[in-house]
Amino acid sequence: MIVVIDYKAGNLVSVVKALHYLDARDVVVTQSPEAVLGADKVVLPGVGHFQATQLLADLGLTEAVRESIVKGAWFLGICVGLQWLFEGSTEAPGTPGLGTLAGMCEHFPVLYKDVELKSPHVGWNSLEQIRPNSRLLRGVADGSFVYFTHSWRAPVVQATAAVTNYGGAFTAAAERENVMGVQFHPEKSAAVGLQVFKNFVEL
Amino acid sequence: MLTKRIIACLDVRGGRVVKGVQFVDIVDAGDPAELAHRHAEQGADEVVLLDITATHEGRGTLLETVRRAAAKLFVPFTVGGGVRTADDAAAVFDAGADKISINSAAIARPQLIGEIGASFGAQAVIVAIDARRGTKGVDDAEVFVSGGRKPTGLRVVEWAREAESRGAGEILLTSMDTDGMRDGFDCELTAAVSEAVQIPVIASGGAGSAAHFADVFGRGKADAALAASIFHFGVTSSRDLKAQLASVGVSVRLPC
Repeated sequence: MIVVIDYKAGNLVSVVKALHYLDARDVVVTQSPEAVLGADKVVLPGVGHFQATQLLADLGLTEAVRESIVKGAWFLGICVGLQWLFEGSTEAPGTPGLGTLAGMCEHFPVLYKDVELKSPHVGWNSLEQIRPNSRLLRGVADGSFVYFTHSWRAPVVQATAAVTNYGGAFTAAAERENVMGVQFHPEKSAAVGLQVFKNFVEL
Repeated sequence: MLTKRIIACLDVRGGRVVKGVQFVDIVDAGDPAELAHRHAEQGADEVVLLDITATHEGRGTLLETVRRAAAKLFVPFTVGGGVRTADDAAAVFDAGADKISINSAAIARPQLIGEIGASFGAQAVIVAIDARRGTKGVDDAEVFVSGGRKPTGLRVVEWAREAESRGAGEILLTSMDTDGMRDGFDCELTAAVSEAVQIPVIASGGAGSAAHFADVFGRGKADAALAASIFHFGVTSSRDLKAQLASVGVSVRLPC
């Protein structure tokens, strides 16, 4: 069973649609900690404000996800879902992340190399330095384009599986054992995005 | 590297894709769902569906058309037309849109921008501006609403700034002077707006050749550009267009 966590941040329609398109079976949209604990795969989508992840703690989902990861379930965070894997974000300093990955998410700089940097970072940008042994990005070539839309970004850490450059490098994909996340939107990234979802579904 | 986006636009009226010249003459160009898929397959970076008659006829957006078009679309999908409240927007998102574009309703009640953003994120809110130059050109370019029928008295650059401050994620700027003429975008006006705001600006109105796109990405400082009739009648596909843009040094998503 794949559970897609509904925490009222943006719409889940596209993510569920993509999973169905790939013939993923037993896709369940839920807010229930029990359902999360019973799943072998957990997807945390999300666009919008980091503050919205506060609802995860309030509903007991943070602990459920933590426990499910310890039990070995596969986890995929998308966009804010990736950022939530870190310790937190300056977007909502009072709302801690899961803390599985070290570091804080920060806003894009206003200036980069003395040139004004537009924010949000919206559009198709390339994945670089893809880790060859990444399971999530299997079959995805360096330089492949994926769709982003965000104003905060995750730092490059040991678990980074691919970076993207915009005002410097940030984590476009992270992967550590069964814990994975992508800053881009695989559900909106055409063939490359569907490949990423397919890799996750087939784990 | 962040690429310049080519956005295929479907103007819909009565469930069919149409294309006007300077917002008036209408030519039938096909089924929205079918065209949306074809554009994505042919390399469009995004698809926009605008129900151009929704506002003045007082109808809601054609949710069923949106649902059908969104069904197998795995690139960003924007829907505009007839969204007046956050509830209207919610129904459109639920039907499968990733972003909504608001125009007349945002002018009538600017708080709507923030209300939709609060529920769905700023990235999901595009404020569309229909603009016409005044006697002084770019400086007194005016915002029009209701499908270009009503002048508002608002200056384009000022309204773009306000939309940004109220939480718009992108600006879709259509020049009514160049729309449908296939004679090039209004690069001066696009640059003026792009320089005034931090958020991405999508240029619209006037695409007729690859050179026009290169021009609006360069001189016009646009982050994305929208085109409709250039594709519908087989002039070129997004993929062809992007290959031509890449050959003159514009960064685009290729292969696609």
